Amino acid sequence: MCVAVPGKIIEINGDFAKVNIMENITQANIKLVSVKVGDYVLIHAGCVIEVLKKDAAEEILWMFSELLEGMNEDTAASKG
Amino acid sequence: MKTLQQVKDELRQYNGKPIKIMEVCGTHTSSIFKNGIRSLISSKIQLISGPGCPVCVTSSSYIDKLVEYSMKEKHCVLTFGDMMKVKGSKLSLTGAKAAGGRVQILYSPLSAIQLAKDDENTKYIFAAVGFETTTPIYALMLEEIISNNIKNLKLLTSVKTIIPALQFICENEKNIDAFLSPGHVSVIIGSSAYMELAEKYQKPFVIAGFEGEHILAAVYEILSQLGRHQPEVKNLYVSAVSEEGNQKASALISRFFERTDDYWRGIGLIENSALRLREEFKEYDAGSSFEYREEHMPKGCRCTDVILGRISPEECPLFQTVCTPMDAIGPCMVSTEGACGIWYKNRERR
Repeated sequence: MCVAVPGKIIEINGDFAKVNIMENITQANIKLVSVKVGDYVLIHAGCVIEVLKKDAAEEILWMFSELLEGMNEDTAASKG
Repeated sequence: MKTLQQVKDELRQYNGKPIKIMEVCGTHTSSIFKNGIRSLISSKIQLISGPGCPVCVTSSSYIDKLVEYSMKEKHCVLTFGDMMKVKGSKLSLTGAKAAGGRVQILYSPLSAIQLAKDDENTKYIFAAVGFETTTPIYALMLEEIISNNIKNLKLLTSVKTIIPALQFICENEKNIDAFLSPGHVSVIIGSSAYMELAEKYQKPFVIAGFEGEHILAAVYEILSQLGRHQPEVKNLYVSAVSEEGNQKASALISRFFERTDDYWRGIGLIENSALRLREEFKEYDAGSSFEYREEHMPKGCRCTDVILGRISPEECPLFQTVCTPMDAIGPCMVSTEGACGIWYKNRERR
């Protein structure tokens, strides 16, 4: 029930926006966020619930660099 | 940077103390199967499903009330599709529809506004079920009902919140070592919502997205935190989840809803675990009830143990023998987001 999908804002009309979700164009309510055309957003049950801040590739790169920090801390801890 | 291959190697070779990680989101459960995560990690790391499906924990008396409304003259129940097959004490909404009741599936609660405007002779009841991801949309719906002066659309609410449920599990199920926090609930409540739990119960709460890499990274992060005895909240889904969450959505929820105790099917009463309409908006409520009523699970059904992470679905004697999605006995098999339904659907991947 909490499924949400990413999409891109292509046009804004008042409280609604035209959103491209995997090449399907649909309407979504935008009252829960502040958005502009071109933003990537997360859509749940016909509403945009958040503006995405990084793209998926960037996020995965960031995540693995974070894991390195964890590993360094582990090493530091094991050296006492 | 640590590579994905290094992470996979370390997770596969993990030979420390057995650990149990609970996910509380049906989409995570599905993604774990879809990406074959269990086959990529050591058997000493157990991934178990918790109460991640709001439909599964909705009481049968709530379903009964929806069924009753659907059968009333000039009434129509509006619902998400997930709710259709869950049985009340006698019928599901699908059964009610087959018996002549009026039930209509909607993709968005906001579509109910136009329906109510178009047919003022019908009293519409929206089955407002869900966790925090969906609650702000019910709040938006209420705004629209009020601003359009709509008198023939009300909500029957069973809106639950995840933090009290996690606290209940931390208090009562001592053998869970860490939590994979739900991605889309966290979009609304923010990563800070888990801090008190992480500190009080000394367990990692790692928020992750839904790709295989996200889940592997989250499991690795949990192992890393447990290894250095520093459990904390870690947000690995930064593209969508912020520390404070969606504040516009939270403010809207607070305007219309207030906390109350509620019954979770298969678990029992959990304090302050639900949201009900505030007194000043009661005229938009279709008679939601939060009174505790003892409910018995179907004979032999172990959905309670599944929801609390005590067993995996395949350990239930009814699973896949007499309980299947086509003829579901327990609520976890009925919903597409329920642990048993997901395990059944992915039985070839287990």
